[in-house]
Amino acid sequence: MDDLYREVIIDRYKNPQYRGTLTPNDISFEDENPLCGDHIRVDLVLDGQGKVSQAAFSGHGCAISQASADLLMESLIGKSLDEIKQLSKEFILDMLGIELGPVRLKCALLALKVVKAGAYGLGESSDSLVE
Amino acid sequence: MPIKKDFSALRHEFPILEREVRAGIPLVYLDSAATSQKPRRVIQAMNDYYCRTNANIHRGVHTLAEEATSEYEAARVKIKDFINANEAEQIIYTRNTTEAINLVAYSWGRSFLKPGDLVILTEMEHHSNLVPWHILASEKSLRLEFIPVTEEGLLDLAEYQNLLRQSPKLVSFVHMSNVLGTINPAKQIIHMAHEAGALALLDGAQSVPHFPVDVKELDVDFLAASSHKMCGPTGIGFLYGKRRLLESMPPFMGGGDMIKKVYLRSFAPNDLPYKFEAGTPAIAEAIGFGAAIDFLNNVGMDHIFTHEQEITAYAIERLEEIPGVKVLGPSVKSKGGVAAFTLDQIHPHDVAQILDQDGVAVRAGHHCAMPLHQKYNIPASTRASFYLYTDKKEIDIFINSLYKVKKLLS
Repeated sequence: MDDLYREVIIDRYKNPQYRGTLTPNDISFEDENPLCGDHIRVDLVLDGQGKVSQAAFSGHGCAISQASADLLMESLIGKSLDEIKQLSKEFILDMLGIELGPVRLKCALLALKVVKAGAYGLGESSDSLVE
Repeated sequence: MPIKKDFSALRHEFPILEREVRAGIPLVYLDSAATSQKPRRVIQAMNDYYCRTNANIHRGVHTLAEEATSEYEAARVKIKDFINANEAEQIIYTRNTTEAINLVAYSWGRSFLKPGDLVILTEMEHHSNLVPWHILASEKSLRLEFIPVTEEGLLDLAEYQNLLRQSPKLVSFVHMSNVLGTINPAKQIIHMAHEAGALALLDGAQSVPHFPVDVKELDVDFLAASSHKMCGPTGIGFLYGKRRLLESMPPFMGGGDMIKKVYLRSFAPNDLPYKFEAGTPAIAEAIGFGAAIDFLNNVGMDHIFTHEQEITAYAIERLEEIPGVKVLGPSVKSKGGVAAFTLDQIHPHDVAQILDQDGVAVRAGHHCAMPLHQKYNIPASTRASFYLYTDKKEIDIFINSLYKVKKLLS
């Protein structure tokens, strides 16, 4: 019915593959979108070469933010922190395969914002990380 | 018994209700608590002003300036009559309800409140009646207490009575909750405040547009409201205040129009209401606001309220047919035209987005009432809100669309 709610998004929202928490972990970071109260925490485990070997997200949010987080976790496996720092807004949009207005864009980018703030070791995340 | 109005004919007064959101999908506008739509005569009044009358007010002696001034001031008189105030000078134009509340906080609060003084608010306030007091409280070391909201969505008046024993200076509260829809017993709350020696400020953003509000009957000290929620334009609202209070208060902002005399090192403030109206105001908007009040008076505020009660009752009855829907707030008899709800665990953004595909405009989020959502332990809700132009057909489209949401995401 709605391009936004493509099958992949509904499927990832209802049956996430990477939902959970990892302890111990090498990087754990959480943040929220104050506009809608969506909250996402991301835990990463790195291997001996500094590449992501395990990734998980937890929290709550809309279908777009949850599906985006789940797809992002999958894509992080095998990436180094430097590669993660390079990830852009377009990477997420290509992965979701949808076009989003400014309000929903924030939902889609929340997980990436959290991951990048974690990768940079920042105290708090910022919208400038995903512009 | 008043004759029942033909509300379906009134819809034609609103050009926007004729638009399609996208090809073949008509607009179903259920977001009037955020802002109302505007009837043709309001749009026309502002258009006429810019096409024929535009001039700055109060200073010019030319014809246009005089016409603009007289239309601007005529709107003030309409507001005065609409809320049954004594004098037009008691109506201060502001940008909106928020600015009106800030005016009281910054002018009255800064002058008359001392460290340790208590201001009573409620747990169902909009951020506009919380944050100005947070700011003032940290500046002046005030105490803030909150009348609790019961599980049913009503103010706990027994607890209010207890709080009043602490001799508050001000009770500032919302007349109708923008989330729960609760219509608070304003007259009683104000009377109790006065008995305890406190002043009362009423946030009328959701009440003044929807049912008769009479400042004399309520004996309220301050009333704040916005034009844009009552068929008028954005950018204009008002503060009503009792005359002796307004006269005792220092100016809020400095600039032109708010002064009698200015010297290099001092000024003498103007009389009411101008001492609070610095700078060139929203002239076209004031005139549009006046036209909106004429429109509402023609329809009749009692009729509007009756119509909304009927629509709200129908909407809630239909909402509660859907398994997994939980409507927030009290039963229909205690509420105005608002139905905020949750549907299973589905995020309100997803609900609103899918409804939008069917042309249905609702609000999703915490509706500028985060503490209230925290109280009910939900991150957000979806809100449908109604006005004089809402009809049952629209409610049916909304409900059918909600079934689609449930099918897709539950």
